[in-house]
Amino acid sequence: MNNTLFNNLGGEGAVDAAVDIFYRKVLSDDRISDFFDDVDMERQAAKQKAFLTMAFGGPNQYSGMDMRRGHAHLVAKGLNDSHFDAVVENLAATLKELNVSQEYISEVAALCETTRSDVLGK
Amino acid sequence: MPTKLLFEDNTYDCNQNESVLDALIGHGVPVPHSCRSGSCQTCLMRATKGTPPESAQKGLKETLKAQNYFLACSCHPQEDMEIALPDADAGRFKATVKTVETLSHDIVCLGLHCEQPVDYRAGQFINLFKDSTLGRSYSLASVPTRDTHLKLHVRKVPEGRVSGWIHHQLKPGDSVEISQPIGNCFYVSGNPEQGLLLIGTGSGLAPLYGIALDAITQGHTGPIRLYHGSRNIEGLYLTEELRALAKQHPNFSYTPCISNTEFVAQEGYATGRALDVALADINGLSGWRIFLCGNPDMVKSAKKKAFLSGAAIKDIYADAFTLAAA
Repeated sequence: MNNTLFNNLGGEGAVDAAVDIFYRKVLSDDRISDFFDDVDMERQAAKQKAFLTMAFGGPNQYSGMDMRRGHAHLVAKGLNDSHFDAVVENLAATLKELNVSQEYISEVAALCETTRSDVLGK
Repeated sequence: MPTKLLFEDNTYDCNQNESVLDALIGHGVPVPHSCRSGSCQTCLMRATKGTPPESAQKGLKETLKAQNYFLACSCHPQEDMEIALPDADAGRFKATVKTVETLSHDIVCLGLHCEQPVDYRAGQFINLFKDSTLGRSYSLASVPTRDTHLKLHVRKVPEGRVSGWIHHQLKPGDSVEISQPIGNCFYVSGNPEQGLLLIGTGSGLAPLYGIALDAITQGHTGPIRLYHGSRNIEGLYLTEELRALAKQHPNFSYTPCISNTEFVAQEGYATGRALDVALADINGLSGWRIFLCGNPDMVKSAKKKAFLSGAAIKDIYADAFTLAAA
């Protein structure tokens, strides 16, 4: 587990700072907002936090199987590579807004990339 | 020395460096859980005795913290605790009807007196039971420090079995059964300068009325803006009381909103949906605390719009109100 990246980004505090900004971007992005338009925004935000913790290389319990199971209903609705790219793009924009360096943003994107095939059920 | 956990009449040891969740699961006690890292909040529990450590309340709403809720997976107890699953202790007790007062053509205010003192926060709701199996949720419009009785605003739902009974049959002196107060939609002190935005439709005014009075009573100094929406003027109520309150307290404002498109503009009333009027009045909601109650579609849409206008998710309060079948 790459805890160094998580700590370098600011640990849990950084995740807290990022989660509202990120979720707001995602909900405002017409390409993907439908997938995130959960009635229960709090539960959705908790999921975003778990996702960002993972993307930052922090402590998380996700397995590839969880990723597959958790996104299967979205894949059935048409979730594909373009949506995955849009999410990563929004995450990068969030980090940029928080003045995170390009070097770390690339690392986060690379971590996200490792989940692509599981998320998309490939 | 392990600490003791009392859960559902059994005592379990919780070893040092062990979380409450690990201890319970280790003893074969099934407790809902998922991420085990303090994020998903599935393992939410409540301490009925003992104080959960601050670290076990990270990320929870202030209102949940105030009620000693905590996350079992992140809780390393410092002392013996009695714990329960959320609302597992929601018992019922008797109350006596004190008043049934007409507020509008389809809303009455029901005043209830309880023998035992009821511990509640303005804005929470109770379940009122017509009989052992038929109950409905009603928000509290009263404030513990101001009102001697519990007060509910009950709208008569067409064919409503409980609301019809309340409107047509209940009278002072009758005895009814209620649940203990539930819900996380209430005011907590601690940030007195924060702007408060309250948006409600119909009898969703009830908790907002209580929350506004509670905030004023607790010395809130920031703006408190209440928007009450209805299709017609006849659907509004407590209008005079709220206008008087606004005169008395310069930081409190009240805007009644009429959504009927055929409504001819009239002094003292805003035209449009309460949510739209509020969002047009206030330029960006960053830093605001929002309370929402009423029509479920309005609440859902308001949550999203308030968030997109800059409000933090943890600052948006609404009780998950679903309209029960008649």
